Amino acid sequence: MKKLGLIVNPVAGMGGAVGLKGTDGPELLQRAEQLGALPQAGKRAEQAIAALSPLADSLELLTFSGSMGEAAAATCGIKPQVIGSGSSPRTTPEDTAEAARRMATHGVDLLLFAGGDGTARDVCDAIGTSLTALGIPAGVKIQSAVFANSPAAAGRAAESFLSGRIRREKEAEVMDINEDDYRREILSTRLYGYLKIPDARRLLQGGKSASAPDERAIQQAIAAELVEQMTEDRCYIVGPGTTCRPLMEMLGLDYSLLGIDMIRGRRLIGKDMSEREILGKMVDGNCSLILTPVGGQGFLLGRGNQQISPAVIKKVGKQNIIVAATAEKLSSLRGRPLLVDTGDAETDSYLCGYYRVVTGYRDTTVYKVSDCA
Amino acid sequence: MDIQTGSRLRNFHQAKWDEEVIFELSTPGQRGIHIPEVETEIAGLVGDGISKIPAAMRRATAPALPEVGQMRVLKHFLRLSQQNLGADLNVDIGQGTCTIKYNPKINEKIAGSPKAQDIHPYQHASTVQGALRVIYELDLFLREISGLDRFSLQPSSGSHAILTMAAIMHKYHEVRGQADTRDELITTIFSHPSDAAAAAVKGYRIITLYPDEQGMPDLEALKAAVSERTAGLFITNPEDTGIFNPEIAEFTRIVHEAGGICGYDQANANGILGITRAREADFDLCFFNLHKTFAGPHGCGGPGAGALGATEELADYLPVPLVGLDGDSYFLDYEVPHSIGKVRSFFGAFPVILRSYAWVLSMGAKGLEETARIAVLNNNYLLKKISEIDGAASPYTGGKRRIEQVRYSWEKLYEETGIDTHDVTHRLADFGFHLWQSHHPFVVPQPFTIEPTESYSKDELDEYLDGLRHVVQEARTEPETVKRAPHNSVVHKIDESSMDDPEKWAVTWRAFLKKHGEDAAKIRG
Repeated sequence: MKKLGLIVNPVAGMGGAVGLKGTDGPELLQRAEQLGALPQAGKRAEQAIAALSPLADSLELLTFSGSMGEAAAATCGIKPQVIGSGSSPRTTPEDTAEAARRMATHGVDLLLFAGGDGTARDVCDAIGTSLTALGIPAGVKIQSAVFANSPAAAGRAAESFLSGRIRREKEAEVMDINEDDYRREILSTRLYGYLKIPDARRLLQGGKSASAPDERAIQQAIAAELVEQMTEDRCYIVGPGTTCRPLMEMLGLDYSLLGIDMIRGRRLIGKDMSEREILGKMVDGNCSLILTPVGGQGFLLGRGNQQISPAVIKKVGKQNIIVAATAEKLSSLRGRPLLVDTGDAETDSYLCGYYRVVTGYRDTTVYKVSDCA
Repeated sequence: MDIQTGSRLRNFHQAKWDEEVIFELSTPGQRGIHIPEVETEIAGLVGDGISKIPAAMRRATAPALPEVGQMRVLKHFLRLSQQNLGADLNVDIGQGTCTIKYNPKINEKIAGSPKAQDIHPYQHASTVQGALRVIYELDLFLREISGLDRFSLQPSSGSHAILTMAAIMHKYHEVRGQADTRDELITTIFSHPSDAAAAAVKGYRIITLYPDEQGMPDLEALKAAVSERTAGLFITNPEDTGIFNPEIAEFTRIVHEAGGICGYDQANANGILGITRAREADFDLCFFNLHKTFAGPHGCGGPGAGALGATEELADYLPVPLVGLDGDSYFLDYEVPHSIGKVRSFFGAFPVILRSYAWVLSMGAKGLEETARIAVLNNNYLLKKISEIDGAASPYTGGKRRIEQVRYSWEKLYEETGIDTHDVTHRLADFGFHLWQSHHPFVVPQPFTIEPTESYSKDELDEYLDGLRHVVQEARTEPETVKRAPHNSVVHKIDESSMDDPEKWAVTWRAFLKKHGEDAAKIRG
């Protein structure tokens, strides 16, 4: 018997239809309701649950009462085990987090949650990477890589994972968009954290292809290459993300997964630094910047690493930017270029062109970088 | 799980023997053959023959080879062979990029005749003039086919030929004092992956180019990749997509201008025989897989031949010996000024060379071109028919025709039904078909690659198409049947979790014991 946790954030997505670009905070939710927005996350969750029907007899569904999951399960003809309830009919981020924590206590095999980036953030706060989770896209803002492409795809991935056909997991980014800025049409995103999700990439059976090592092994190969190329007298600005983490681990250095760190002479000279701090520690003409695309869109700059400002880039120089990414990540862009969006058109246009992307040990790819124009 | 259809589809059930790995069959003391004891008189005169070998050169323990009786060995391999599929049994067009074509059985007779089997490479050249003539003349044929100036038949496979190209490239730069500075090899993501892998084994740093929107190797990316560190370019054309790069001469020009060597991986040559040549695209090196295009059997990674050609300038670097002709006698030519030396024992996989020689003679120049034309026609027939299947697509080129194969995509089927390319593959096995996807990474989403060659009849191509259509229909009506496939195979699902972790990889029995311990060997399942 497999245990599946389900959390529906019933208010997720309500702002979208009425043009509010999100429902973070009680006032906005109220406005959305006044504008006639209807709950829709439950329906999206139902579409996902429907895809789980092959497992109906071997699945135990755990959820919260009413609109937080019980109702959606009931519509699909499943009687769930209700392990808690929201604080009020109008649920809050704390309800999502509390539900996620209880799922962890009950030891669910997989947690499905229906919502948007805000919901993913709350789940991330509650469980981090201690459970395997997957997002059913139901919110207005879906920038995080923890969501499946559609509710049905989330259900199918969950079914494959619970039935053992997908056996691997990977860490995927939870992105955080500032809603106030977003409403003013400024896209300011940061990397908020990581959730552990089922890794749908499956391997071949037989055939002449060698099997591909998992993401972590490739990241280590990338780190080995970066370390080998490092020189003692240079300073290195290391961007956020899991691709850069093994580099810091290999050097035995402390690091911030979500922030910017700086290394010199293989020693940490700054951790989780602001733009001002970075500029303060830079040595002219002798600094390299190590970047990795963040999230599913292939953004190198401007999403989750705004500390690396046009001023920092100007001081580093284009020729000293080192890009690292797994071949899998590049392939997932489907031929689209890597993107930069620093907020300064001149800097963006300066950064365009072809770059050597480190994809493994002594292994690179020449890949195009474009601005968003 | 049999199906009833009115179509050409046949039900297939694989044999299952649950056979051990041969090392697990080992019983101490068992022997396949008994070698007679040395007679006392001889031993008395010369001793045991071993103690004369210096102690440092003698191994302390006997090699840990399996000890198995002859009949059990026979049974072992026959059982394994029954669990196998191959071009002689099924419609093997789903192993795209491998050129699985008919291997004429008369060539087996020729290769198996005592004239070919009962000669030894240590014989004096004067006693094996016929064999040397075969090597010499196949070299001449391949010169004609490629436009290059000299061939070595020594490499044993395509990847081995690539490694040999890398060695020649290295020596070429070494002669010019640039071997240390020119350490980068450029290739493309849709080229044969061994172009990157074998060059990496030779010590090169690899730069891979991605395609542009039309699926062509990106010329601008190449311009950004070349530098004074460029050792060369190894590239396949047509690439694994079946798209021929018409700008290939521009690629070689740019690399030559940067001081690099251009090696043409002609593993995908079946659609261009007699149509286009390495010479016209200005390549310095090229190779053909005799066990693919030239009708030698693939042999499960067994004996193959990667016939390696070079321009006049680079012929000076080819492995030795080459076979030369002096008057009317053939001889082994070791006088190759910058030769990289030997790349394997003796002169190559002679039985494979002989089969291909016989094949070229039986086909003639016109026959070779006809081979390519029929292979291309068959491929484009399938392209049209597969494009009509709702759920399948052929990304890039907007439906234009391809050369000898196509990398298709099941992306639409997956989005609509949740059935992915692996599921389709597994279900096709129930009808005796194999379907290969693609190398990693999957640049084309939900990929599958089909290469029909010239060998299969329209009936057989149609049978395979029926298989694809049937599985697609099942994906929409009874997806569970597809998801739970294969239903009639020896191993239904493989635990893939050990396949992606280099820490767990073991390519030999000894590596397996070392990594997983003796106990793991005792637990089978």
